[in-house]
Amino acid sequence: MENNKSYFGELGRGIKTLATGMKVTIGEYFKDYWTNKSTEQYPENRKTTLHVAKRHRGRLVFKRNEDGAYRCTACTLCEKACPNGTIKITAHMAEDPETGKKKKVLDDYQYDLGDCMFCQLCTNACNFDAIGFTNDFENATFDRDALVLHLDKEVYQGGSLPNIQDGGAEWQVGKFNTKKK
Amino acid sequence: MFDFSQVTTWFHDLLTLTCGLGDFWAILIECVLVGAAVLGAYSVIAMILIFMERKVCAYFQCRIGPVRVGPWGLLQVVADVLKMLIKEIFFVDKADKLLYIVAPFLVIFGSVGAFCFLPWNRGAQILDFNVGVFLLTAISSIGVVGIFLAGWSSNNKYSVVSAMRSAVQMISYEMSLCLCLITAVILTGTMQVSGIVEAQSGPWGWLIVQGHVPALIAFVVFLIAGNAEANRGPFDMAEAESELTAGHHTEYSGMGFGFFYLAEFLNLFIIAGIAATVFLGGWAPIQIGVEAFDEVMQYIPGIVWFMGKAFLLVWLLMWIKWTFPRLRIDQILKLEWKYLMPMALVNLVLMTVIVALGLYIK
Repeated sequence: MENNKSYFGELGRGIKTLATGMKVTIGEYFKDYWTNKSTEQYPENRKTTLHVAKRHRGRLVFKRNEDGAYRCTACTLCEKACPNGTIKITAHMAEDPETGKKKKVLDDYQYDLGDCMFCQLCTNACNFDAIGFTNDFENATFDRDALVLHLDKEVYQGGSLPNIQDGGAEWQVGKFNTKKK
Repeated sequence: MFDFSQVTTWFHDLLTLTCGLGDFWAILIECVLVGAAVLGAYSVIAMILIFMERKVCAYFQCRIGPVRVGPWGLLQVVADVLKMLIKEIFFVDKADKLLYIVAPFLVIFGSVGAFCFLPWNRGAQILDFNVGVFLLTAISSIGVVGIFLAGWSSNNKYSVVSAMRSAVQMISYEMSLCLCLITAVILTGTMQVSGIVEAQSGPWGWLIVQGHVPALIAFVVFLIAGNAEANRGPFDMAEAESELTAGHHTEYSGMGFGFFYLAEFLNLFIIAGIAATVFLGGWAPIQIGVEAFDEVMQYIPGIVWFMGKAFLLVWLLMWIKWTFPRLRIDQILKLEWKYLMPMALVNLVLMTVIVALGLYIK
């Protein structure tokens, strides 16, 4: 590309592009000296201006009906789809007393967050829209065992952060804030 | 303007006349004190530079920089130094232990040696030979040996490659660096650092004004070559933190690495300091030939002028560093051998002609 440039032509072009670059950075340096940084101060802004995209895969949760019942039928499609063996489903067959039909009943839906690689294959495999990822990302614990979750036992009400499931605060470029929690 | 040599003369008289010490003891005590002062200034400036680099680069790239440790992140550097000091120093198997240990000291030695040539104030030069500029370039070149030894003694082929790359770059850019200094020497007619500054202290006396076009070219080429010489900016092939995992000092830990780090930052300051000394008049204040204005400017101490100019240039070099992407090794060498060196040579001839014909601003 540049091979057809002459010695002095290349020199001139070089100086011009370098000057353009320096103009851009000096603009950034002074224009936004006090505001509009692209970094956020996370622990301080976690309840104020923190934004996490709705589609961010923080952890797996059970989607629940209006009455709080889960939709999982223990079909184990998600368990089979999981490449890591993160999900372990235990179920037993039980007879419905009214209809007399046999049906699988979920005993335990074990999800190991520590093994999960957040590939979303389980959610894609689910035919009943029973599981989904939430963007609640603050999952750190001091104990690995605490990461083993039983999704059917818990009723997920949203994480420790306000409105996190809706994405938190409006997304803004460069409004870092230092407000205390 | 305050002359620092009053203080040194007073102190020397205090030792020799008042205390009655002989020449040997008096000079020994003075040498120790000056050495301590140099090392103190060296480390303090290094800390200022490390903090400044972080903040300046953050602001150029729309980030905040350190804010957690201390107010405005001011204690971050202290924390870093503490961390570096308590780190274990260990050796690579079959590394050349002696050279491995010596290498960082050579780098630091070259850096401190060059640091001593900076004129802080009138009468406050530490090393002031009549061949000052010459010796300055000679001493600062010792750092290349250190870098090359560091790479070679690490018993690591990547370090060797990186050290060679670094040495090639530094030796190449040394050429145009020295040619630019010689340009200034032609104009001032002296190699002594204090003489060069003294020659610039009149109204409109800064070399960049006195020598107009050739001095300006020399100044710009000097800054570019100096940036490369300090292994920084777009020329930091030797040390691309994440991509090449820090080149020639990959195997160093703790203060071994700390010395390279320190020397790199101080080389930045030294380049800026020399550029400020040679082209922007060192401690010489702005003089425009108007009596009242000159009088006021004379009251500002020389060290303030010097530090102000040096840090302005440091900021300029940081601006360059955080703007431009890193160059490839062939691009680096092409820039030097095809552009900068011929330019510096032509500029040298131009300056000679201008001085010979008396076309400079007197």
